[in-house]
Amino acid sequence: MSAPPSADGAVAPPRSPGLSKVATGIAGLDEVTLGGLPRGRTTLVAGAAGAGKSLFGIEFLVRGARDLGEPGVLMSFEESRDELVENVSSMGYDVEQLERDGLLVVDAVRVDRTQFIETGGFDLEGLFLRLGAAVDQIGATRVTLDTIEVLFSALGNEAIIRAELSRLFRWLKDRGLTTVVTGERGRAGEMTRFGIEEYVSDCVIVLDHRVDQEISTRRLRVVKYRGSLHGTNEYPFLITATGLVVVPITSLGLDYAAPRERLSTGIDELDEMVDGGIYRASTLLVGGGAGTGKTSICAHVAAAACARGEKVVFFSLEESPAQLTRNMGSIGIDLQKWMDAGQLRMASVRATASGLEEHLANLRAELDDLRPSLVVLDALASLGRVGTTHELSSIIARDLDLLRSRGITTVLTALTPEDQSAATDGAVASLVDAWVQLRNHQHAGARVRLLSVVKMRGSRHSDKVRELRFTDQGAVLQDSTVAAGRHEGDDRT
Amino acid sequence: MTDDPETTHAGDADPEPESSDAWYELRLYVAGQTPRSVRAVDNLHHVCEEHLSGRYRVEVIDLLKDPTLARGDEIIALPTLVRALPEPIRRIIGDLSDTEKVLIGLQLRPGP
Repeated sequence: MSAPPSADGAVAPPRSPGLSKVATGIAGLDEVTLGGLPRGRTTLVAGAAGAGKSLFGIEFLVRGARDLGEPGVLMSFEESRDELVENVSSMGYDVEQLERDGLLVVDAVRVDRTQFIETGGFDLEGLFLRLGAAVDQIGATRVTLDTIEVLFSALGNEAIIRAELSRLFRWLKDRGLTTVVTGERGRAGEMTRFGIEEYVSDCVIVLDHRVDQEISTRRLRVVKYRGSLHGTNEYPFLITATGLVVVPITSLGLDYAAPRERLSTGIDELDEMVDGGIYRASTLLVGGGAGTGKTSICAHVAAAACARGEKVVFFSLEESPAQLTRNMGSIGIDLQKWMDAGQLRMASVRATASGLEEHLANLRAELDDLRPSLVVLDALASLGRVGTTHELSSIIARDLDLLRSRGITTVLTALTPEDQSAATDGAVASLVDAWVQLRNHQHAGARVRLLSVVKMRGSRHSDKVRELRFTDQGAVLQDSTVAAGRHEGDDRT
Repeated sequence: MTDDPETTHAGDADPEPESSDAWYELRLYVAGQTPRSVRAVDNLHHVCEEHLSGRYRVEVIDLLKDPTLARGDEIIALPTLVRALPEPIRRIIGDLSDTEKVLIGLQLRPGP
């Protein structure tokens, strides 16, 4: 039998002697594990039924085969070949094409307890030979075994299986195969039902699937990673149309940079109110009722960033790009110009259509694609229509984590009722660095818009309430006769 | 020859109708000439001569020579004896030293 092909390409050199990592290609996972899974070693992925562990194992192979030049062998003990091909094709991968290209071998092992009668000593050499033949056939460097524990219930003789599994994991290591084995979560306190974690000493990842307030949340945690630093947090992950997406939460460590640079909001008077502009890489919340001008403020900030030569993604959950450009044109903000210049991208998402999880995946894709320095999220209230408030704040937290970790300045709007008692406010307020509040006010038969700065982390800010007017040259703020004397009743600062 | 009480009463009603005259196609999978492989081949030979005389064929397949054959018959454990005929297909694992279980596995004797 030929030696396993040497490891080459696509992966960063070892960070420490003896430890080299293999990029999985799974979005976000390689960041969380600081480079991927341990090369030539076995990683256990444990989780309850439906936690996504099979998908993890398959995506590890498919991405390796297709994107990273690492052929792989999938040995599945649970699903039939047809089921596998169908499941993977739902992620947009053509398993059979990969097989024809010599990049993947799928071996669906049928083990059915009723078929086995034990008549004396045996070993699992058949499995070894079978796996070895598949590995040699395509020069595989990756292997996924999903879920090998099935052998325990199928073959019954636990002593032999334990001895053979131990031999199997040694064999995989000797051959330098980077392997993912999946394991079913055991009862409370047990990592896996049959304790296969005792054979895997290098890396253990646990997947979790909880349903809270009727919204499902998936989490991933690296429990163990011998010889390597790794994030110990639970990271939310999503199962999207193209596979898993792990969302690293960096801000929990509060280790993101806090630049001192101030950015103009595009409205001179507002810049003055916040002592010279908002901080780069900070988060600005623009709150207010319907029709108070939240989107217009965002458009100002976006246009100002474009004018500085920066790139901006404007996520609108309520208006189409055409509507936005037209409406903003009427107050003298030319968004089309920046779109044509390739500096501004509008991403319209109808909240009800895509759901909270997809929202996050979309956001991530846009960030990877355009690499903006400023992002507008308008309007979070629309997101709230999809999930509960609890889940909404969780999504916002994830959005902001993602944006902060990349040093992106964020402007988000939230629909807040006049009394400001909405839960959205409270939950979001603690996450943002600056908060500008807008509201409508009826005065002497006329409606005026009032603007105040509620919060400005790390900076002085004006306590004044000013009147906001939109002209065909953009927004202007002026001292308000209306607000004067009524100030104390207006805000909860 | 010592009479095996299990095998002498040819006149007893046979619980498995097929076992009386059905043709047996058997494939024994092994890996190399290990003591266990040799034992399995010997044990199978004895069982067949004693219970299936004149109506069986055995093929011994060494997976070390062609490991790709393991997939076709769903082989994981070795040795594995596959009863291809009569249908349905049956798999018996181990070195076949427990004759009683071998007979049950081949459905030459009712199971427990």
